[in-house]
Amino acid sequence: MQLELRGITKRFGGFTANDAIDVVVEPGQIHALLGENGAGKSTLMNVLYGLYRAEEGAILLDGVEQHFSGPGDAMRAGIGMVHQHFMLVPVFTVAENVMLGHEPTKGAGVLDLETARARVREISARFGFDLDPDARIEDLPVGVQQRVEIVKALSRDAKVLVFDEPTAVLTPQETDELIGIMRQLKEQGTSIVFISHKLREVRAVADVITVIRRGKVVGSAEPTASSQELASLMVGRAVELTVQKQTAKPGDVALSIRGLSARNEQGTVTLDGVDLDIHRGEILAIAGVQGNGQTELANAIIGLLGGLEGSISLEGRELIGRSVKQVLDAGVGFVPEDRSHDGIVKEFTIAENLILDRSDREPFASGLSLKLGTVREFAEQKSREYDVRSQGIETKVGRLSGGNQQKVVLARELSRPLKLFIASQPTRGLDVGSIQFVHEQIVATRDAGVPVLIVSTELDEVVALADRIAVMYQGRIVDVVAPDTSRERLGSLMAGVVA
Amino acid sequence: MSAVTPPAVPPVEERDRRDGKVGTVVREIMSGSVVLSIAAILLSFVIGGILIAASDEDVQETAGYFFARPGDMLGAILDAVGGAYGALLRGAVFNPRGDNLGEMLGPISETLVYATPLVAAGLGVAVAFRAGLFNIGGTGQIVAGAAAAGWVGFAVDLPPVLHVIVALVAGILGAAVWAGIVGILKARTGAHEVILTIMLNYIALRLFDYLLTTPVLQQPGTVNPISPPVSGDAMFPSIVGRLHWGFVAMLLAVFAIWWLFAKSNLGFKIRAVGLSPSAARTAGINVGIIYVVTFAIAGGLMGIAGSAQILGTERTLTGGIAGSIGFDAITVALLGRSKPFGVLAAGILFGALRAGSRTMQASEGVPVDIVLVVQSFIVLFLAAPPLVRAIFRLPAPGSRATAILSRSKGAKA
Repeated sequence: MQLELRGITKRFGGFTANDAIDVVVEPGQIHALLGENGAGKSTLMNVLYGLYRAEEGAILLDGVEQHFSGPGDAMRAGIGMVHQHFMLVPVFTVAENVMLGHEPTKGAGVLDLETARARVREISARFGFDLDPDARIEDLPVGVQQRVEIVKALSRDAKVLVFDEPTAVLTPQETDELIGIMRQLKEQGTSIVFISHKLREVRAVADVITVIRRGKVVGSAEPTASSQELASLMVGRAVELTVQKQTAKPGDVALSIRGLSARNEQGTVTLDGVDLDIHRGEILAIAGVQGNGQTELANAIIGLLGGLEGSISLEGRELIGRSVKQVLDAGVGFVPEDRSHDGIVKEFTIAENLILDRSDREPFASGLSLKLGTVREFAEQKSREYDVRSQGIETKVGRLSGGNQQKVVLARELSRPLKLFIASQPTRGLDVGSIQFVHEQIVATRDAGVPVLIVSTELDEVVALADRIAVMYQGRIVDVVAPDTSRERLGSLMAGVVA
Repeated sequence: MSAVTPPAVPPVEERDRRDGKVGTVVREIMSGSVVLSIAAILLSFVIGGILIAASDEDVQETAGYFFARPGDMLGAILDAVGGAYGALLRGAVFNPRGDNLGEMLGPISETLVYATPLVAAGLGVAVAFRAGLFNIGGTGQIVAGAAAAGWVGFAVDLPPVLHVIVALVAGILGAAVWAGIVGILKARTGAHEVILTIMLNYIALRLFDYLLTTPVLQQPGTVNPISPPVSGDAMFPSIVGRLHWGFVAMLLAVFAIWWLFAKSNLGFKIRAVGLSPSAARTAGINVGIIYVVTFAIAGGLMGIAGSAQILGTERTLTGGIAGSIGFDAITVALLGRSKPFGVLAAGILFGALRAGSRTMQASEGVPVDIVLVVQSFIVLFLAAPPLVRAIFRLPAPGSRATAILSRSKGAKA
């Protein structure tokens, strides 16, 4: 089926998320929509899926104009969506999830699970998915869950499949397998829209690449285009893709973790005997697929996680059992992975966010009262120093761009005397300019002799920043390797394969 | 070369949702504009007017021949509604029929008498709101405060000025301790404060009822559940007429709470916890302690309300000492957007409604309940801002700002 989006314009208040976008997806074609976060890709797909209504423009399937007032209409017309965050019920089985929304019945409202199971088996056999219809979703690995999403869409006879950032949660191996699946779908005549900001994958799988920037189509490219060409189309200028840094001059061990173990509320082991040393003046980056214990490791050090076994010692002082405040006072700077949730108070001003950790101490407090003048001076100074772009220090942080929000977090965390700096997903969702700034700050912190722990699920970032890479898998440090280790080897380690 | 590509945006909306619907609703109500509050009040009075008209006998009679003489019915409606609301105003603000200035201004002082516990209790709800907590426990806390203040008032002998001060402090502490239990349980066990406060209301009320039948609180020589009267020097002295010094205590509380949130680091931490407990925790703020302290402060304010009741107007403890103040306080806090001076204004409005409704019933025969209906509609409209905006054709809040927000989050793109 041919899909055409003609002149799609979608506004949110005064902000134009999609500006007269034209895209044509030919039958049996893999069409990549490439763009940075915030470029308008997902908005466009939500328009296509009937979740948003466009102010202008038309959606045509095989030349016939469509009017979708909800995902139901879109599905009936043959459009399927594999969401970035899976829309699956974790406690339901594969078959139950696949039939959800169009449940076959034996009449009188009695569910016909057998038909649903057969359907899962049939589709799964067609693509060699090897899915057990009776497996519960929560027991399945992420890559397999994604296949359930694909089967769900196909079971509704989707002729156009939209993949929204499908590789964000996958290991490199799973990503390769997904690319294989997409090729197979294409051979069977399904049209595919592949949304991504990852140049390598797009170049590997797409037939046609449409680049979107600031809600507009800024060009299309052949998959043979170089990464640099695509990147400069995406961000609108030539970009520096490497991190400038000198060779590390590591000193003594500052942070020493021994036999660190933890369980989550469900009793599942999240950290499994982690041993790790970080030296002064080095960047140690944790690589791994999301959900393999990295978050827990960072939270354990900072004091946010209870019920720990083992030891975490910072320059000889045990950190386990201390409150977050005590850990921060011991000289730990922390950039949390979920910035908007844990790093900032969105409704607070820049100034307020900058003193979030020290509102009750010198020089900002005297007794119970807050010295607002001192707070203001500090905020002015830090905003200048960290180049926080805003309409002033009284601007609510929620109104800043992700990059400027992260600068506020960095300014706060780096303005204490540090003995350890931890940054989780330090550049998640940032534009290229901010990424560069954040990386410079991290390297400068290292060069000042502070041990730095980076947690990132972006392999590219890990490789660019790290002096040593520790790979985590299922709560364990699988190996600690040099940053020039091959991607294939890193990929295997991230999948828990120790060769 | 290593390509550094921006990673995926975290699922912002998903996590916000996890923080709980209740918090979101309250935050939305709190961030609404003054215009919206006034619009909600106006609308509620219009609906109140319709109800007054519909239940008026003259209106019903003239409706029978509406098509013959529509003017009759319109006149009757105007009479009924104008009369009722006129009486409301006379009973609440200014009585032009009074013989002297004192009588003329009597209604406004009556309004302030009613407003005193409402504002104090409203602050008790508002402070909790600022920490992201729902304090439904006003009733129990007011009872605890009133019992403590009352007991000091009738059972302890102290010199005149000191007596009332000690009684007030006892009231504040009693309620603060009672509310503090909620904070401790929430901080220690994670129990939800809505359930805790509601249950503690029952416990406080029943315990109080019981104590009123024991020598601890019961008046000697009576079988009724009633305490001895508070000694004269433990009562709030009169300012003018029935208006007592509890009103001044309440005003001081308003200023104290304003200072707390505008100028103090404790207020700063309470606000941080209210807006984002996770960010506060990550920044080293002890969220549990903030919960306990916030509830203690909220309780202390409820204690002022309870003290105003027992030391200002009631003088003897009875089962009905808290009345519906604990619940009206929620309305007051919502209408006042949980801002100290907003709560003051809202409390005075509700006090006026309370004071005026008596005159309205006495002179026009309109039931007092109409005021309750108006109050309820105010809350209803506050909770449904899009409805009010649609009726008054107000612009959506910061449609431009929302756009900037969605752009900076990049989540929608």
